[in-house]
Amino acid sequence: MHELSLMEAVREQALEQAQRHGARCIEVIHLRIGRLAGVEPEALQWAFALVMAGSLAATARLQIETVPARCHCSVCQSSFEAEAGTCRCPRCGTASNRLLQGRELELTSLEIH
Amino acid sequence: MPQHGSRSAAVRSTPPLRQLHSLNCCPPSVCATCPCATDPPPAAPAGSRRLTLGQALLQRNDQQAAALRRRFHQAGLPVLNLLSSPGSGKTALLERLGAEMGQRNLRLAVIVGDLATDRDARRLAAAGVEAVPISTGQACHLEAAMVARALERLPLPLERLDLLVIENVANLVCPAAFDLGESLRVVLLSVCEGEDKPLKYPSSFHSADLVLLGKSDLAGVVGFDRAQALAHLEAVAPGAAVREVSARSGAGLEALLEWLLHPREPRGEWEWRGWGVAGQRGTAKGAEG
Repeated sequence: MHELSLMEAVREQALEQAQRHGARCIEVIHLRIGRLAGVEPEALQWAFALVMAGSLAATARLQIETVPARCHCSVCQSSFEAEAGTCRCPRCGTASNRLLQGRELELTSLEIH
Repeated sequence: MPQHGSRSAAVRSTPPLRQLHSLNCCPPSVCATCPCATDPPPAAPAGSRRLTLGQALLQRNDQQAAALRRRFHQAGLPVLNLLSSPGSGKTALLERLGAEMGQRNLRLAVIVGDLATDRDARRLAAAGVEAVPISTGQACHLEAAMVARALERLPLPLERLDLLVIENVANLVCPAAFDLGESLRVVLLSVCEGEDKPLKYPSSFHSADLVLLGKSDLAGVVGFDRAQALAHLEAVAPGAAVREVSARSGAGLEALLEWLLHPREPRGEWEWRGWGVAGQRGTAKGAEG
């Protein structure tokens, strides 16, 4: 359940920013989570309510944008979606070791009041 | 009955009206005639604003990992972050590796992440390996700060070691996201676990620089399909080197050790592959460079 410690990092960063900008409450927290980041969005949602309780973000909503994994194929010179983490190019079958996106763990933005 | 618009009534009715107004509940028909309309308008409640941040969630861990990486680099010490499932044979492999190194007067130290006991650390110490346990309680992974604290308990300075292995908590999901400042991430997969395990845990395997196929002496017994395992590994860990090892027979250990300790070997071309993508370990690497 490393989602719990990830969510604690979200809280720490979100509260710091909210206080810096004089927010009375945090309404929405936006995250970007890559499919290859090893994080379960459902577990994040579960951890969210637990971790935010009693804070400025107690009534906030968690909005997660899932980022598909994409690789670059050096033979086809184009990118493809690495479905289920498989980095084999669907056009030519070459295994790509250049991941373009999919490991993101990012606090994208906050909506504050 | 007080009348709105009359000064005397307004005096009496001001407190409740102000209260209403401050709550933005004062009905316009009342406000238009009551004295509160002549007061300075109350500050409008600030509307919702959006703060664009784009921060890595693990930025603190990444910074601590970058600092560790600089320390290891300055000490010229290769450091492995070893990931695997429970029971894959990490500790047995390290016992044997420690013995091999001891015969060559090389020093191995291991930082061991154990959930509740120091059993692994005691096993390693009995094999002559410098072992520092990190009891993680219920935590399912190690973080850079834990490693930094464990380093303080190492009996030898980093400069006197030849290899440091961080034996992560046995788990193929959670440790994958946490950079520990290692120079190589190693995933150990024993042949008993099945050829398709890489497909089930792509995030860990994708982050690997080296995949070890352990308990290779049992491959025949369990009917391990080597070609299929390699095909799966190529699909989810295309940049990782693959080596077979057996702690029981010792097969592959000497070659592994040579390869780990000699940086001129071709590992450079796949080192740090893809880590810049999420701005996580890429940041750490950038800070080092």
